[in-house]
Amino acid sequence: MSRAVLKKDDETGFNSFYHNKSTVLQEARVFNESPISPRRCRALLSQIVYLLYVGETFSTQEATTLFFGTTKLFQHKDSALRQAVYLAIKELATTAEDVIMVTSSIMKDMQPNSEVIYRPNAIRALCRIIDPSMAQGVERFFKAAIVDRNPSISSAALVSSYHLFPAAKDVVKRWANEAQEAVNAKSTSSFFGSGSSGSGYLGFGASSQANNTNLPITSSSYITQYHALGLLYLIRQQDRMAITKMIQQLGGGKSGAGSTLKNAMALCMLIRYAAKVVEEDPNVQRQIVELLEGWLRHKSDMVNIEAARAICEMKSVPPQSLTKAISVLQLCLSSPKSTLKFAAIRTLATLAQTQPASVASCNVEMEHLISDPNRGIATYAITTLLKTGTEASVDRLMKQISGFMSEISDEFKVIVVDAIRSLCLKFPSKQASMLTFLSGVLRDEGGYDFKRAVVEAIFDMIKFISECKEQALSHLCEFIEDCEFTKLSVRILHLLGVEGPKTPQPAKYIRYIYNRVVLENAIVRAAAVSSMGKFGVNVDDPSVHKSIKVLLSRCLEDVDDEVRDRAAFSLKVLDNKPLQETYIKEESVFSLSALESSLVAYVKDETAAEQPFDVSSIPKISREQAAKETARPSSLDTIGIPSSSNSRTVSPAPQTAAETQSAYAQQLAEVPEFADYGPVLNSSSKPAQLTESETEYQVSCVKHIFKEHVVFQFNVSNTMPDTVLEQVSVIMQPQAESGLTEDFIMPLPSLMQSTSPGIVYVSFTRDTPEEYALASFQCILKFISKEVDPVSGEPEEEGYEDEYQLEEVELASGGDYIIPTYASFASEWDRLRSGPHATETFALSAMESIKAACTSIVEILNMEPLGGSENPTSTSVHTLQLSGLVIGGGGKVLVRCRMSFASSTGVTLELAVRAEKQESCNLVIAAIGG
Amino acid sequence: MGLSISKLFESLLGKKEMRILMVGLDAAGKTTILYKLKLGEIVTTIPTIGFNVETVEFQNISFTVWDVGGQDKIRPLWRHYFQNTQGIIYVIDSNDRERVSEAREELHRMLNEDELRDALLLVFANKQDLPNAQSAAELTDKLGLHSLNNRTWYIQATCATSGDGLYEGLKWLKENVTKKH
Repeated sequence: MSRAVLKKDDETGFNSFYHNKSTVLQEARVFNESPISPRRCRALLSQIVYLLYVGETFSTQEATTLFFGTTKLFQHKDSALRQAVYLAIKELATTAEDVIMVTSSIMKDMQPNSEVIYRPNAIRALCRIIDPSMAQGVERFFKAAIVDRNPSISSAALVSSYHLFPAAKDVVKRWANEAQEAVNAKSTSSFFGSGSSGSGYLGFGASSQANNTNLPITSSSYITQYHALGLLYLIRQQDRMAITKMIQQLGGGKSGAGSTLKNAMALCMLIRYAAKVVEEDPNVQRQIVELLEGWLRHKSDMVNIEAARAICEMKSVPPQSLTKAISVLQLCLSSPKSTLKFAAIRTLATLAQTQPASVASCNVEMEHLISDPNRGIATYAITTLLKTGTEASVDRLMKQISGFMSEISDEFKVIVVDAIRSLCLKFPSKQASMLTFLSGVLRDEGGYDFKRAVVEAIFDMIKFISECKEQALSHLCEFIEDCEFTKLSVRILHLLGVEGPKTPQPAKYIRYIYNRVVLENAIVRAAAVSSMGKFGVNVDDPSVHKSIKVLLSRCLEDVDDEVRDRAAFSLKVLDNKPLQETYIKEESVFSLSALESSLVAYVKDETAAEQPFDVSSIPKISREQAAKETARPSSLDTIGIPSSSNSRTVSPAPQTAAETQSAYAQQLAEVPEFADYGPVLNSSSKPAQLTESETEYQVSCVKHIFKEHVVFQFNVSNTMPDTVLEQVSVIMQPQAESGLTEDFIMPLPSLMQSTSPGIVYVSFTRDTPEEYALASFQCILKFISKEVDPVSGEPEEEGYEDEYQLEEVELASGGDYIIPTYASFASEWDRLRSGPHATETFALSAMESIKAACTSIVEILNMEPLGGSENPTSTSVHTLQLSGLVIGGGGKVLVRCRMSFASSTGVTLELAVRAEKQESCNLVIAAIGG
Repeated sequence: MGLSISKLFESLLGKKEMRILMVGLDAAGKTTILYKLKLGEIVTTIPTIGFNVETVEFQNISFTVWDVGGQDKIRPLWRHYFQNTQGIIYVIDSNDRERVSEAREELHRMLNEDELRDALLLVFANKQDLPNAQSAAELTDKLGLHSLNNRTWYIQATCATSGDGLYEGLKWLKENVTKKH
């Protein structure tokens, strides 16, 4: 803190010495003087630019005045002044108004035949001031400038094109050939003396004003290639094939020696593009890795590091390539250059998170780096060693870290803490020293990100290492006594509420929690009240119960609504056992996505408003599942996956079942025939394929269950471009007495390849809606096939009737009538004791193990396995617990499967079902028996 | 005192400088006039988005001529170049009868600006070579030049492509600026 203040003072001191804004604005009068003094104007321009660079801002009015002032300087031909003018214009262009005023002047300066030194400056200024509609007008200039032999002109044009691209894509795309030419440009070193334009520059320098000494520096750095490559990539980035081709062309064969790219930065860029291509298309990995290996031997360090990094970050890279990359990095670790050491150790640190064994070969070099004067390097070295090292070295390393924790920035502290966090889980026996370390750094100064990292590390320890729980909780209690971050306090209070009551002496935490009520802001107070409520319910000791009551009743006087509400709620619940069960001890939560889609449907359906929303039809999930669904990086992420991968684009999560459901519901709502069927009770979670995937006609089926109807939705695809199918329908033949009566078929009038897939609906009425009709159907696809005239594109008059046998469609209990839901099995099982139930024993002789039986039962019934019981621990005896919800008001159903296995008889299964309705029991028994 | 001595030296030995602002509606021929004066040749021009500025030497006077574009979106920006202007050249397309009144409005609006109260006004009735061109006298009327108070003004028939009338105009500016200052 004190350092920051000091720094600010320094800056303002320097500013006032150098110049401040109001002086500059006043002195801008010199722009209007006649004759112009180039020297004074240049000085003032550099002051303006300086002020902008150090963060000073000008109002629109001020910037506009300054801008028009600088335009007056175009009357002077001094080239150094003109360059300064362009610099200032570029900076002012973002705030000033009417900057198009310099367009004509810039265009004049960037004429191909104007052999002036400020031509690149003019080009760079142009892209800041023109609006996209004018891009076409300057196309000719740009194309010429991009391929100009002078690298600074070419670079200026390329960089400007890069900036213009987002606004004027179509125009800039046409410059790809020129950019390609610039990438391939041969050596420019001969340019200085011989080229005609080169001597023109020299001549200009000699004949003009005395102060014009800045001649163009002919470059042998080939920086133009870097700029050109950037533009080419920008133009082609949507086209992966083109990018792959570009990489192969520019990569120059296996050794990388034949590359046309001479500029190291351009090569680094190319390596990054290559890595990106591999990430999107793993098929090209082998070729790209070959290229990368070639670059590991390039003469530039930068290229070596970049290539090694690309290999290390690549998924499933062959081990021999990884070894090569690591040995390159290992060499860099002993380099005298700090930048190289830093780049190498940072890459290794990331790699060590996934492959500590391969990084261990660098341990000796990393040990040396612990004492490196650069703290960034030292931090990475230690944290990497923590990952690669053995249990024995942990204590020594921890001591060394504590030594310089105060000298490094928050960002590095977070890295250290994350390393410790994964270390705790790797070596649980070392938890004591690590917890001491963490609690120590928790007391240090630090920002939110750092403190959050520490708190999360401690949370993980509490979760996974039970021995340290009490110790860790007391450290957290101490921390919230003086915690400036509301978010962290709230999370810790929540955790105390969950974990505290389970400890031997819950009372000691209550004091810390109540202190928050006295001392903190409303958000923290509310969290503290909820936390106390949990103690009151979950601790059996009556004295604790009583004190909690007293404390909570004091909170009823709080000034904040939320705090009072929570206190009143907790007090009410405290004496009411059933309420406790539902509101505080409840281990499950609603599946939020399912709840949301049902609520949306409820709100949209006007007739539904007559009845209250039926919450019991919403499937529940356990808290663990809910935690998995929220995308918060869990402890596993920090252990297993390099942190840098967080910045990569994450592919969108697959649609949840609930989302699919609501999509179907919407689709069905658009069909008028189904309007009076009421809401859809359930739709298949995924379509069942009724054909092989490579057939000419592809059909899949989705089943929708309504209250009194069943609708089969057939998605039909026609894969043949030269045939059109007309009057497409599906004939369904129930095999046995099904309890279903066919209503109608909605055929497709016409189906072509381009309009595929089309939908055929077949609707049935459920004869007795309260029963769950089970059936299987033979299905035949019927249609009239007509060939399409390839010339006119019209189908021919004559067609022929055809039919096509499909796989059977089954209407089964699991998946169609039962959906999984979470419940706490023991209490629910007890509750349903007196309700409808059924028990039956089956001999599953075909089952080869209990595991296989579990998997198939879960699949057939489509119910939620509880308490990890889907993974049997014994091979001979096991009990599987399942929970589900029967749609259409069937209520909860619980299943207990007791199984035993003997190799002679297979699996013997005793199936016990308890449900809220007898039909539900029958349904489950029928599913296994039938 | 020091000032008047330096002025004396200037008029005896050194070159005098004069700041000229050349404006007018779009496509009146301003940029063509500027480069005819500067280079003595006809250049192909495109509509000026912004301005051109050149120094023209004539009879020992150095004219700094600001040629500012005449498109409607640029006209409001003319004002940024009023300060220190000693002479205005207002260029008219004599052939464009439809927009004379628009030209008149722009002219009078500009002359009302305080910063230009001492500036000389030279009107170039350009494009006289075209068959349907209005004469200088006709334009004097239509632009309402007679109604101008406290303004030294002059109208000159010109043809930028041949150069006719341009130097006569500069000569008038030179004579009057020396008279005035």
